[in-house]
Amino acid sequence: MKKVDYQELTPLTPGWLAAVGGLAVVVAAAMVAVFHMEHNGHWVTGMSNQVVWGMPHVFAVFLIVAASGALNVASIGSVFGREPYQPLGRMSGLLAIALLAGGLAVLVLDLGRPDRLDVAMTHFNFKSIFAWNVILYTGFFGIVGAYLWTMMDWTVKGWYKPAAIAAFLWRLVLTTGTGSIFGFLMARELYGSAVMAPLFIAMSFAFGLAFFNLVILGLYAATKRPLGDDMVARLGKLLGVFIAANLYFVAVQHLTALYWPEKRDAEAFILLNGGIHTLLFWGGQVVIGGIVPLALLFRGTVGRCTLRFSSLLVTLGGLAQVFVIIVGGQSFPLQLFPGMEVSSSFFDGQVATYVPTVAEIVLGLGGIAITVLIVVIGATFLRFLPAALGETAPAAEPAEGAPAPAACCASPAE
Amino acid sequence: MTDTSRRAFLQGTAVAAVTLAPGLTLIATAADARPAGEAASPKQRWGLLIDTTKCPAECTACIDSCKEEMGLPDHGRPATDAQYIRKVSVKDPASGKTVSLPVMCQHCAKPACVDVCPTGASMKRADGIVLVDRHICIGCRFCMMACPYKARSFIHEDQTGQKIANPRGKGCVEGCTLCAHRVDAGEMPACTEACQNRGKGAMVFGDLNDPASEIAVRVATEATTRIRADLKLDPAVRYQGI
Repeated sequence: MKKVDYQELTPLTPGWLAAVGGLAVVVAAAMVAVFHMEHNGHWVTGMSNQVVWGMPHVFAVFLIVAASGALNVASIGSVFGREPYQPLGRMSGLLAIALLAGGLAVLVLDLGRPDRLDVAMTHFNFKSIFAWNVILYTGFFGIVGAYLWTMMDWTVKGWYKPAAIAAFLWRLVLTTGTGSIFGFLMARELYGSAVMAPLFIAMSFAFGLAFFNLVILGLYAATKRPLGDDMVARLGKLLGVFIAANLYFVAVQHLTALYWPEKRDAEAFILLNGGIHTLLFWGGQVVIGGIVPLALLFRGTVGRCTLRFSSLLVTLGGLAQVFVIIVGGQSFPLQLFPGMEVSSSFFDGQVATYVPTVAEIVLGLGGIAITVLIVVIGATFLRFLPAALGETAPAAEPAEGAPAPAACCASPAE
Repeated sequence: MTDTSRRAFLQGTAVAAVTLAPGLTLIATAADARPAGEAASPKQRWGLLIDTTKCPAECTACIDSCKEEMGLPDHGRPATDAQYIRKVSVKDPASGKTVSLPVMCQHCAKPACVDVCPTGASMKRADGIVLVDRHICIGCRFCMMACPYKARSFIHEDQTGQKIANPRGKGCVEGCTLCAHRVDAGEMPACTEACQNRGKGAMVFGDLNDPASEIAVRVATEATTRIRADLKLDPAVRYQGI
């Protein structure tokens, strides 16, 4: 393998200042949103005793799932020995840590008692998958951190492969844990299924790579570093495979449930008559996040524009998918008396309504801003980003006319 | 009044048990109060038996007494206001038969809320009462996701006018405590007392492990059912007439 030259981002350029400043503003806005929600209490949000996890959890779970997926590029290069991916290993690890940090920040800041984070870190109920996730998340930071170390310090190169394998296995277990948060819930019709774990792993592959692609394309465009067409095409095809895997597990998830008569009403709620949830499932998750990018990525050679647009669609579809899982799963009423018509002052038997407030969405966007901020700051101070990527000479602009908005190809100046 | 003096007072003013038949006690009495400092015992399994045929839809005595006993104010926001107990109307679409019944924490022997709680704040006492330790509840609401009975409420705002027996706080999860403070003092839960005094006596409280208690005798001799018995959580609340 030829030597890869890694270079830090140049700080304090107008583009760098604009990016960091913009991200800092979003993070500050998220902090204001947190203060608003925590000071007044959660009654000022759209969440209730019916929908107890709302938009912050949608963003948090998306980011946490994407975190493990973002590490895939590094794993493909190291664990599976695919050389073309190896130069991206450092950025893959950095983004994985950044995504997890962003997701956890949102999750923690939406707790009823975020001031008790120390309690969560010191009191463990080992029967709880949530408690195991606390350990898995903490361990992920440590293992991926060590993995990055072996990539960046030649004196510990001997640990590169063991660290890579450990990180790969850990990320699989971590996403299994995240999926099992829902898989282990027997109370609700739309959860309580072993398929949740592999589904979440497939989701992580797609979401993580999509986010990784957006970051890579953004950074290479902003820094005007050469990015080979072969690398772009490779990432595109890989994303296509991951989208297909996600769609496959979604099909298994719903087909399995449809065979259970007791779950058919809940399935009908998501697939047919659930209003916003049905719309987001078919329109957002399946079409925008699945079929359209799949078609774009497999119809021919993938260029920058197609990759960027497809990755954006997968990200938006992914948010829709997590929304349907989390909010849709809670909106369908609990079945206290299956087969009976139930009503009460506590909304028993009713489909729950959830309208997210601006504060919740801003908190979620703050998680994304934290992620990108960590990447930019990290790549500014350490050599994460290759000076050039790929074998073939890049075109000035995408060669193929991808049917994406022209603006998607714009390259912001550094 | 301190806890100790309160308990002593209650013990000192113990009323005689109402005896229906030899060996059959209708209600627990203050004489049964657990001494201060003595841990709850697995020898007991506190539970409720609710006869829905004696529970008119319009009667809310159990709910009203719960709100008063536990200090649960109405903020006029039903979607977020706490409800430890609510009346649920259940209609059979085939026959049209409708019953009304109170639903609260079912104090399961295998509580899903306790299993999923990351910090151990959701806990089950040795005598089967399921509680939330509000010192270590982080407000993650996973227990609310896990409970099939929708028995818990998240506290969405600052609380005022709290009762000594039920300290509350914004950002934690709460639910029926089976009036543990009253049970420890040898009394029955407020809902049951109100049902017997102001309702039609649909609710019976007692020790399911005590074969001489009314609840144990009736559970052993009459048809009873549990909500979502198929989940095998072994709730301590049993119903008749549904």
